[in-house]
Order: sequence, then C-alpha cells, then structure tokens
Amino acid sequence: MKHVKTLNTKRLQNTVKRGGCGECQTSCQSACKTSCTVGNQSCENK
Amino acid sequence: MVHQYKNNGYNIVLDVNSGAIHIVDDLVYDVIPLFETCTKEEIISRLSESYPKEEILEGYEEVKTLVQEQQLFTEDEYENYMEQFKERPTVVKALCLHIAHDCNLACRYCFAEEGEYHGRRAVMSYEVGKAALDFLIAESGNRRNLEVDFFGGEPLLNFEVVKRLVAYGREQEKLHNKNFRFTLTTNGVLLNDEIMEFANQEMANVVLSIDGRKEVNDRMRPFRKGAGSYDLIVPKFQKFAESRNQEKYYVRGTFTHNNLDFSKDVLHLADLGFQQISVEPVVAKPTESYALQEEDLPKLFEEYDRLAVEMIKRQKENRGFHFFHFMIDLEGGPCVAKRLSGCGSGTEYLAVTPWGDLYPCHQFVGNEEFLMGNVTEGVKNKELQKEFKLCNVYAKEKCRNCFAKFYCSGGCAANSWNFHGSITDAYDIGCELQKKRIECAIMIKAALAEEAEETCEIQQNMLNLTQ
Repeated sequence: MKHVKTLNTKRLQNTVKRGGCGECQTSCQSACKTSCTVGNQSCENK
Repeated sequence: MVHQYKNNGYNIVLDVNSGAIHIVDDLVYDVIPLFETCTKEEIISRLSESYPKEEILEGYEEVKTLVQEQQLFTEDEYENYMEQFKERPTVVKALCLHIAHDCNLACRYCFAEEGEYHGRRAVMSYEVGKAALDFLIAESGNRRNLEVDFFGGEPLLNFEVVKRLVAYGREQEKLHNKNFRFTLTTNGVLLNDEIMEFANQEMANVVLSIDGRKEVNDRMRPFRKGAGSYDLIVPKFQKFAESRNQEKYYVRGTFTHNNLDFSKDVLHLADLGFQQISVEPVVAKPTESYALQEEDLPKLFEEYDRLAVEMIKRQKENRGFHFFHFMIDLEGGPCVAKRLSGCGSGTEYLAVTPWGDLYPCHQFVGNEEFLMGNVTEGVKNKELQKEFKLCNVYAKEKCRNCFAKFYCSGGCAANSWNFHGSITDAYDIGCELQKKRIECAIMIKAALAEEAEETCEIQQNMLNLTQ
C-alpha cells in the first residue's frame, strides 16, 4: 500500500479458539505490583 | 473501535478489536474518521481542499481494503466468549507470600505501612509457608506453571524460611508434575553474595527496589532513622544484575509528585548499567503531599514522550534498555482471554499473610473486609471470590469503550477500590497514564520497524551494487 504501513501483530480474533490455557505469568508477579499490564506478557501456548 | 493518534511524527491507527496497527500518512489519517459515517463522495468533498482528488480516492481504497481484510473497524466479538470463559472452574496458580511483615526501610509511600500492613510486625513460619505451597498445588488443577513471589515488607528479613520453602517446592513439584517459578522482591539492604547465588539458581525473576537518582531515592526510601539507602543498595544491585547476565530482573522504582521529571530517574538507572527497568506511578490517597494529581498529567505525558524518544535513540546506538511499561509484545502477546479477564486477583492470584490468611492480592492485605480464608482451610468467602471472578473488562463501564482495554485488562482492582469503593470502577489518573504508555510503546515499535526497513533497503541496495 502507498499510504499505509501495517505492523506485524498477532490477530486477536485468532486467539479465541486456542486461548485461555492460563499458563502465562500473572501480571502482578512480573514487576508492577501496583498496576495491571498484560500487553507485554508472553503467550506460553504458541 | 479505532484509536488514532500522532506521536513523534508518526500517524498511528490502532484497530482495537483485532490488535492491528497501521502507520499512515496524513491523507489516510484524515479519511479514517470519516469512513464509517460518510459516503465516498462526501469524503472527497470534505478533504478536497487539502488533497488532490486522485490521492483521496487512492487512500479511500486502501482503507476499504483494510476493512475487508478485517484489520480496521472490526467488531468486538468477545463479550459472549468471556461470559463462557468466566464460568470455568476456579484454580489458584499464583501466590504472593508475605514472608515478613516487617521492613528495614521506612519508605514514605509504602502501602504496607513500613511493612506492617495495618497490623503487627511478624514473619511467616516455615510451617505456614509449607501449608501455602500445599494449598497452591492442591488448588492448581491442571495448571503446570505455579508462581510464588516472596514479598514483604522485606523478605530477606526471613531468608532462611525462603530457602527452606524453595527446597520444599522443588521436592513437591516433581511429585505433582508442577513447575514452580519463584520470584523475590527486595529492597537490597540485606543482599549479599550468598543470597545472590541462591537467587540466581532458584529465582525466575527478582525485583530490586530503587527509585532512581540519589536524592529522589533517599527522600522516599530512607532507613528508619532517616539515612538514605541509595549508596548501600546501588553497588549490590549492579553486581546482582551483572551476575544474572542483565536478564530476569527489574530495578523497580516509584515516581511521585516530588519527581514529576521521572524520565531522568529512568535514564539515571540506565546510566548505572541496568538494562531491565521499571519506574511506576505512586498510588496514594489524594491528600498525601506526594500523591499524583490530575494537574500533573500533562507534565507526566511529556516525560513519557521524552523517555520514548530517548529510548529509540539509545536503541539505534546499540545501548538500549527495557522499560517495563513500554514493553509490548505485538506478535506473541497474550490471547484475548488473558487480555480481558483481569489480573486474576481473588481467583488465580492470592496473597498470603505471615499467619496464613488469604487476601485477593497484596494490596488488600490488612483490610478485613477482604479476608478470603486461610491456607489450611482454603477459600471460605466464596461470595467475594465470585465477585472477583466476574471482575473483567466487560464488568467495568469505564473500560468498555476504552482503546487500552486489551493492554491493561481493566486495570488494578485494588486501585479501583481505594479510589471509588468498588472493584469494578477504575483509578482515573492511572488510566490516563496507562493509555499514554501504550501510545508511546506502539510508537516505539513503529519507529524501530521503520529503522529495520531502512536498514533492509540499504542492504538490498548494496547487494544490488555488488551484483
């Protein structure tokens, strides 16, 4: 495309079927303890 | 839902429900807000003063293609899915063990009130800790990865119990086919070679508390008699970070109204050689002198912008570092279920006091209203558990139409409770900062993707020249 560049991202719709295994890290066990940040967590079910 | 914004010269368009991110020129940036409500002809007429007609048509067609490819204006199809998802059986997979309700520092912003959590000083016995690990294994269902954070107060005041509990966990994980991930949060005062060696063998992550510049740290993180802690902890933390190969740790600070120029603290930590850094906004009652106020927001936004630009610069110079709140995993991040179901407090994640009482998370400890049960009898307050289980993005009015909902998962329940008396509300200043951080994090990705593309083009040109 001439006017648009799209970054490589995970398609969220595709995670509905296989998602929810719950093996990934709990957000507050990472560093925060005062906020909730999940966008930086890694999926353990690739 | 679409969120579009300009940052550091980039026009960024986030399609919230698919997670797609587009970097667009000014023309498409102007077409997108009109696309759903105007006809093609109306769009041409409204933009004709700024752009040639052929260009507008081109841009319009590109937007249309994105829509057809389900990368723009996608619908939120997850609400029903989450309804089903929250019906699943509750398991516990993570514990915050309050190994010591005592501390050798007297940090002014401590939500644990110098480690004592509105109660008396105490340390956790081995027996209580062991019962907590047994409870976790018994309640974890088919989850294999179990997380245990040694927290406080200051956990190194009770290091012998930490060591014995890790040994017990390692023994039990083999018997039950589990994998314990132990972590430690410490102020560093008691760190020594033996503890570092032990942590390097056993701790999946360590969180090292320091606020940044000496004067900033020492103002808020003094010893009980008033002396600052910076000079004692910095060399220890530097040694510790190196001994962990600059991985699997965070130096973690808190910024307050006293250091609104916190980007300097982040860069100070980077200049000390730390590569994994987290500096986060204080959460305090608005009446505290150090609490962040709404009028601080413009200054704080500028600080995040400044930090983001500096981080890109350093990354290009091969001296980059990670800033926890700008980390965003666009290609391998979590599934929708994780993104929408909240932090897990009160369900998957519980805090354990030195006496073995269970609370929804470390921030609720000491508030008797939130006592859930104890490690020997398990969760007794099922109503409270249910309330937390239902606490996801769709239960929060403020979150439904927020572009950040897939990145913050509805925010912190404890902050919501502290400010609004409800776990399904949101702490508004926290939300504004969170949104700004996400915008910066995406902009950094855009800038680095552009850099990678340019490098690739240069390499290709050089290759063409040599052929």
